[in-house]
Amino acid sequence: MTNSRDSNSVSNEKVGDSDKPSHFDLSRRGFIGGTSAALLAAKSTSVKAQENSESVGVEPEVANVPKTAITVTVNGASHQTVVEDRWTLNEFLRDHLELTGSKIGCNRGECGSCTVLVDGEPVYSCSTLAVWADGKEILTVEGLEKDGQLSVLQQAFMEHNAPQCGFCTSGQLMSATALLEENPEPTVDEVRHALAGNLCRCSNYNAIVEAVMDASKTGGA
Amino acid sequence: MKTFTNQNPGTVDEAIELVRTAREDGHSVSFAGGGTDLLQLVKERVVNRSGQDVPDVLVNLKSLEGVDQVSFSSLGGVAIGGLTTLSNLANNPRILDDYKVLAEAAGQVGTPQIRNAGTLAGNVCQRPWCWYYRNGFPCYKAGGNECFSIAGENQLHAIFGGGPSFIVHPSDVAPALVALDATFNVAGPSGNRVISSSDFFVLPRDNVQHENVLSDDEFLISVDLPAPPNGLKSTYHKVMDRDAWTHALVSVAVVMEMDGDICSAVKIVLGGVAPEPWRVPSAEALLIGNVVTEELARSVGEAAVSGARPLAKNAYKIPLVRGVVARTVLALATSV
Repeated sequence: MTNSRDSNSVSNEKVGDSDKPSHFDLSRRGFIGGTSAALLAAKSTSVKAQENSESVGVEPEVANVPKTAITVTVNGASHQTVVEDRWTLNEFLRDHLELTGSKIGCNRGECGSCTVLVDGEPVYSCSTLAVWADGKEILTVEGLEKDGQLSVLQQAFMEHNAPQCGFCTSGQLMSATALLEENPEPTVDEVRHALAGNLCRCSNYNAIVEAVMDASKTGGA
Repeated sequence: MKTFTNQNPGTVDEAIELVRTAREDGHSVSFAGGGTDLLQLVKERVVNRSGQDVPDVLVNLKSLEGVDQVSFSSLGGVAIGGLTTLSNLANNPRILDDYKVLAEAAGQVGTPQIRNAGTLAGNVCQRPWCWYYRNGFPCYKAGGNECFSIAGENQLHAIFGGGPSFIVHPSDVAPALVALDATFNVAGPSGNRVISSSDFFVLPRDNVQHENVLSDDEFLISVDLPAPPNGLKSTYHKVMDRDAWTHALVSVAVVMEMDGDICSAVKIVLGGVAPEPWRVPSAEALLIGNVVTEELARSVGEAAVSGARPLAKNAYKIPLVRGVVARTVLALATSV
């Protein structure tokens, strides 16, 4: 067995004996989730204090919670699945399909980082239910890449340093993708208007707009 | 999020029946349109209808057929389904041509994402955005018996029609609909009822908990607009403290009929200043039968603020209304 730690590869290939957990079985999410659980356990009093407030993240699955069977197409793949009625579309995508590209910033329709396309139109996936997506086509940032090739827009975002911290980037990309599909040659004002529902706390708006304008000149979304 | 059951009715009758049976079983119920606001209320555990708890059952009106359509009548006029998204309203070419004020108002709600999901009925019937109501204060709108804005942070509150609650009606499309003389069709247990847009909204002094005449088992199913007369011009002007994604500090919907240079009929309805869309008849009266000059427009702006009673921190809305009304009326009358 080669020692994977010497490899520069960061692929997801299983490394070593599959029976034994290795460092590389731990996803970043899993690691962070585990750490948070440990922190919460160490602070059980404050957990109690927070029980009445809603928190972002995976809710424990409970047997008698209302559930509904839906069929939804996500990034071209059809999923027949059962969702809890209370799941937002974002919870379904991130916590159950493990498509963690769309982010939760505010979880209340005030930041835009959760933006995905539903039947081609940008919506806040935190502010709609998974059960309402029955029969719809969803496109997330994971679906922009084709055959290992970034989309023109993704490439332009990289070239213009459009992401700073990157947290809003997937939402910005989805709004911009929808814009260029509908209006391949937008003006700067039209780009700003289309991206008005996506906040960037790094305030890198100029670079984001430049990237979208550049992508529009070099062949659409 | 709190657990709830989503119900997908196939017909209007079924939607009403689902509400009735859920109530009989002791559940609280909400109708759901686009959900952009409702789901935040559920997450924050803010009561949507006073006297009720956070919903156990959502009746999803998006599952109904044909309630999201814009249908122009051959006799003139248009019927707009309550579940029509704000984007579809803003981008409809005939709405833009015939009822520009409505397209402009719908196009300035929130953000593209909110307009793609949010509906006409949801925008008209949304609960107030007063920060006390939205942050769990037991105010009149949440079923309590106090308005915390009176002695509190009232920068965004009402200068007309307030008391005992001083919320402002948050909708952009509502002033446009009142200015266009819309008729609201409401579905409920005893069939449909038809309500004029001028009778649909209520002031706190008449019903302190609710902003409109809908009862808990009714919903706004469609809105009818009369045929636009010849020479009709209309526009919506919204002033915000930033360029997007917020409610109006002050807005104005103006619908004007012109006979050459003369204004023959007009409706001026303000948003963001009162607990319901606020019509200003004394300002309208100055315009009828006259050529709209800069001087007349200034008088109209002045008349629009008559009777205003500001709170400690919102007197800035008075000069704002004066200026916005004067400017919008003049620009519309002189536009080609």
